[in-house]
Amino acid sequence: MFTTKSFIKKNKIGNFLKNVREHYIRDDIYCGVPTCNKCKNVSTSNLSSAHVNKCSLFKFNHFIILDTNIILDQIDVLEEPFICNVIILYTVLKEVKHRSLPIYKQLNAIIENPSRHFYVFINDHHKDTYLLESEGELINDYNDRCIRKACSWYINHLPEAKFVFITDDNNNRKLAIEENIPACSITDYVKHLDSSSLLEDKLSRKDHGPKEGIDIFPPHLSHGQLLKGVKEGPLHQGTFRASRDNFLEGFVNVEGYEDSVLLQGRNGLNRAVDGDIVAVKIFKKDDWVCPSGIILEDEGVSGENIEDVEEKEKALKKSQITQNNSEIRPTGRVVGIIRRKWRQYCGILQGASEGLFQIFVPADRSIPKIRIETRQGEFLKSQKFIVTIDSWPRYSRYPHGHFVRALGRIGSQETENEVVLLEHDVPHSQFSEEVLNCLPKLPWIITEEDEKKRVDLRSIDICSVDPPGCTDIDDALHCRPVDGKLEVGVHIADVSHFIRPGTAIDLEAASRATTVYLVNKRIDMVPELLSSNLCSLRGGEERFAFSCIWEMDHEANILNTRFHKSIIKSKRAMTYEEAQLTIDDKTKTDSLAESLRNLNKLAKILKKRRLDNGALVLASTEVKILMDSETMEPLDVEAKKMFETNSMVEEFMLLANISVAQKILQDFPDCAMLRRHPTPPASNFEPLVKAGKHLGFDIQIDCGKNLATSLDNAVKHDNPYLNTMLRMLATRCMLQAVYFASGTLQKEDYFHYGLAVPLYTHFTSPIRRYADVIVHRLLAVSCGSDCTYPDLLDKQKTTDLCQNLNYRNRMAQYAGRASVAFNTHLFFKGKLNDEEGYILYVRKNALQILIPKYGLECTLYLVKKGEESLFEYNEEDQTQRAGNVVLHTFDPVTVRLKLDSTNIQHEKFTLQLVKPFIEGFSVSPMNELESNKMDVDSTPKINKKRKSENSKSSKKNKPK
Amino acid sequence: MSRKKELLSRVGLRLDGRRADELRRIRCKLGVFTQPDGSAYIEQGLTKVLAAVYGPHQVRSKQKAQHDTCIINTQFSMAVFSTNERKKRPRGDRKSTELSMHLQQALLAVIKTELYPWSQIDVYVEVLHGDGGIYPACVNAATLAIIDAGIPIKEYVCACTASLGNNDIPMLDVSHQEEVIGGPTLTVAALPMSGKIVLMEMSQRFHLDHLPKVLDKALEGCKDIKAILDEAVKNHVREMGSSTGWANTTS
Repeated sequence: MFTTKSFIKKNKIGNFLKNVREHYIRDDIYCGVPTCNKCKNVSTSNLSSAHVNKCSLFKFNHFIILDTNIILDQIDVLEEPFICNVIILYTVLKEVKHRSLPIYKQLNAIIENPSRHFYVFINDHHKDTYLLESEGELINDYNDRCIRKACSWYINHLPEAKFVFITDDNNNRKLAIEENIPACSITDYVKHLDSSSLLEDKLSRKDHGPKEGIDIFPPHLSHGQLLKGVKEGPLHQGTFRASRDNFLEGFVNVEGYEDSVLLQGRNGLNRAVDGDIVAVKIFKKDDWVCPSGIILEDEGVSGENIEDVEEKEKALKKSQITQNNSEIRPTGRVVGIIRRKWRQYCGILQGASEGLFQIFVPADRSIPKIRIETRQGEFLKSQKFIVTIDSWPRYSRYPHGHFVRALGRIGSQETENEVVLLEHDVPHSQFSEEVLNCLPKLPWIITEEDEKKRVDLRSIDICSVDPPGCTDIDDALHCRPVDGKLEVGVHIADVSHFIRPGTAIDLEAASRATTVYLVNKRIDMVPELLSSNLCSLRGGEERFAFSCIWEMDHEANILNTRFHKSIIKSKRAMTYEEAQLTIDDKTKTDSLAESLRNLNKLAKILKKRRLDNGALVLASTEVKILMDSETMEPLDVEAKKMFETNSMVEEFMLLANISVAQKILQDFPDCAMLRRHPTPPASNFEPLVKAGKHLGFDIQIDCGKNLATSLDNAVKHDNPYLNTMLRMLATRCMLQAVYFASGTLQKEDYFHYGLAVPLYTHFTSPIRRYADVIVHRLLAVSCGSDCTYPDLLDKQKTTDLCQNLNYRNRMAQYAGRASVAFNTHLFFKGKLNDEEGYILYVRKNALQILIPKYGLECTLYLVKKGEESLFEYNEEDQTQRAGNVVLHTFDPVTVRLKLDSTNIQHEKFTLQLVKPFIEGFSVSPMNELESNKMDVDSTPKINKKRKSENSKSSKKNKPK
Repeated sequence: MSRKKELLSRVGLRLDGRRADELRRIRCKLGVFTQPDGSAYIEQGLTKVLAAVYGPHQVRSKQKAQHDTCIINTQFSMAVFSTNERKKRPRGDRKSTELSMHLQQALLAVIKTELYPWSQIDVYVEVLHGDGGIYPACVNAATLAIIDAGIPIKEYVCACTASLGNNDIPMLDVSHQEEVIGGPTLTVAALPMSGKIVLMEMSQRFHLDHLPKVLDKALEGCKDIKAILDEAVKNHVREMGSSTGWANTTS
């Protein structure tokens, strides 16, 4: 059935070792062409004799054979369904995989799509197309030779069918034509296709023709030089992070330096794009500078002019001279790119230019503008669309890219949602047929068998407490007195009963990892039937649950813990507000009210105990946007209301999570999915400690408990919001909490810093988090109600899964924030408001202002373009002084809020200072604008106003 | 990185071009030496093993001699040049000792030891090149050498390895490369005709769901190997016999 041939390969694993591997050459590999009668028909072949590739370059129907470079560079063209009947050689597939995993995945998706008629021909195991590597031959040349050999084999094998070889490698093409293989370049091929205009935009161009103009960037070193440099020391490798505020500044974290390396200016950045892995050369210590702290925006309109850049570089230099030495960072410049991490970018056209070449402005501010070639400029002006970068030659100010696809009209809700989802890599397509087939059939009934397996808790008074309008209720509670003690139960929707391991729905949920909440849209992790119906613990309906039941004394000490699957019937689905009212309403004495009161009482004890242990209370500005249900326009933005019941539910969820974490770790020491929150490094706390010092507080950061106490003590009575702001700063110092498999870390590292517990996991929201589903499965095994499956016990698999979950969770969080930001902008469109705010940071040329009412953080520029600053910046104390007004960090201010829509892509808030009044800088308050009288001496007026406010409030208070 | 390498490509071929249920090429020869009573050489892919059998002969140390059965003495050794990195010592390390014992166990199951009381059989195996599946190759080589020595056995004992490709599909006869990249490997020595398992060893834990199908695959492999060995033995006998003219009369 097969012949063998072994070949010798030299491998480098530290030392030089000789590896010998077998390589089997087979005679049972078939060409895959359906009309072929020499070969057996292969069922895996998607090639179709019905499809016709129409290209005017060739007068016959043909099959296409692609070279590796076409796939690597032109994957966007291949994704369009115009090029079909393609034979992918195994040599090519292997090379693609080796060079770029994302493209390999994209290619695999195309191959698997039967309507595209792709076929993989395993040429290097086929007896006629396998070639021996000749002595001294480069691997590229060998691969090219293999590809050509396979082409000519196909041509000889099937004389009646035609084959066309497409490559962008001129040399390879020339050789192919010499060997009588019809060959062309992709540009020529696409140009002669019927549907060329659409595809041409998507072509990535590597050949830019003759050089246009002078070089404006220094050259990159060759790859070999880079690797050598990094290995031997003069160069350092790291991931480039562009600054969002200053397009001429970026950072690289490298090994051996505590601070990240600063890169400045055109030469410093040298065509690095955010995310790239670069090699940097670090300057001598004398040339080190500190981050400029100023905000610069790329305002260039055309691809060639660089004068404005030069001007800005000068501004950057100038800002350096005035700085003191305290914040000097290692500084360097990029000498080469080790690996590009270019992805697809959403954005819009910069509308100014006409013609074939346009400038594309990405939505992500850390990405430079991109020059694209398009024939549909007029149409694209109104669209948001996606672009990828192809190359960035030395003479071009912007990278060159090509159009991928349009998303929709600029400014429409749907487009914006799409952009948010795409930018954050959220899988949001409809659930496939396969997934939907995994759902249980309706009407869903509880069978006797189910009843036998589960504990019947239908008679117990269980209720759920959730935010209003919540349809995916995944937790419910109960509490009842038993023998002078209290029995407390947390009941979680039994999602793992419906989502069985290995099914399509399971794989889909694992890949989505979490439900993503946008302001007016929810992207479910599991189909709606489960999330809002069968798994949702709705009031008055019988549902499956996973129960965690504690026996507690009245001091909230746990005496006994049980876990089991159950059937429950929630008496009522309450909102936080309703639950609060029920607790407060002393006239209500039914069992539900009683149990809520008991729960509340226990929760308070639990919370106190937790805080005493050193759990942190952190603050963030979460807002809720009220939407008009019909027009889908935001009506109002408000900070989320908190009730005591919020914390009550939270306490029991934490307790359940902790109990479950202990249980599953005990039973699965190697592969339990836990959640940890690493202790942040001391350097993270610097801004917090500094801010505390300016205010006269000593913030201790040596351990969580001290931090919590010192935060509690940092209170000033004249500024009640100050404490909240400090907590907000503390939140920003934290690291992300992450999922992990228990076997992969030391026990000490399981610690959850924020909650100050040694063990933690997620158990309570399986409808919207996949981690919880895994934890449910583990717990089900430990309490004997389910059995294991291989991947559940595989440490490596669990770790891989954790990585995906962590990534998706982070992205979901960002996506949610981005959606809120967009809708806040929408809300403020055309409005002009005076709002109370606080100074969060004092910067050199700006103030960072927080407006708690809307959870907004905006920049108030202190220096207008081309004007002298009225302010004096004191870096030591972090203040800005103008005349006799001194602005400190955390000072309350009043600002006028206006949405600047001149740049449709980055609508931003422009602020004007209202209070305190600074001559020549501030504007007068809104209500005084109407009278249109500018009061010169406004300070007393403010005082007066304040007084009147005070009197008003005191009047209000009096009747009480 | 290497763990992300897929052992089985989407078109169903393994890294070396085999399909999941294919053995590596087996080539074997009986009677390669004249000095020992029986000898054999086997190649499974790139794994190459020599086996030599001495005996049955008188027991050297009188204390060990058994009145009702014969002792089987096995020695496993690996040539220092047989692996990628040169080995420090060819035998006597823990791994070699373990493999010797396993080999002894497998042979005890088939050799009719009761026919040779007060005597001893020595089996020496030497790995010339190791490329995965060392133990199975040793067992198979020893079987052939014992047959060559004319020692009566109940039936062939054959061994084979199996593993899991892409965490789902059982793969037969794993090579060294696959052993390194992949997950757990199951080694089985069996009596293919009666279907008895003499020895079974796992390099790591298999999940219970996977074990039966991997085991089935490995047993199937043993049967395939038996067929190949059987063929080789018949050819050898025919060749040996043809020199005396005996083979022609029987066939």
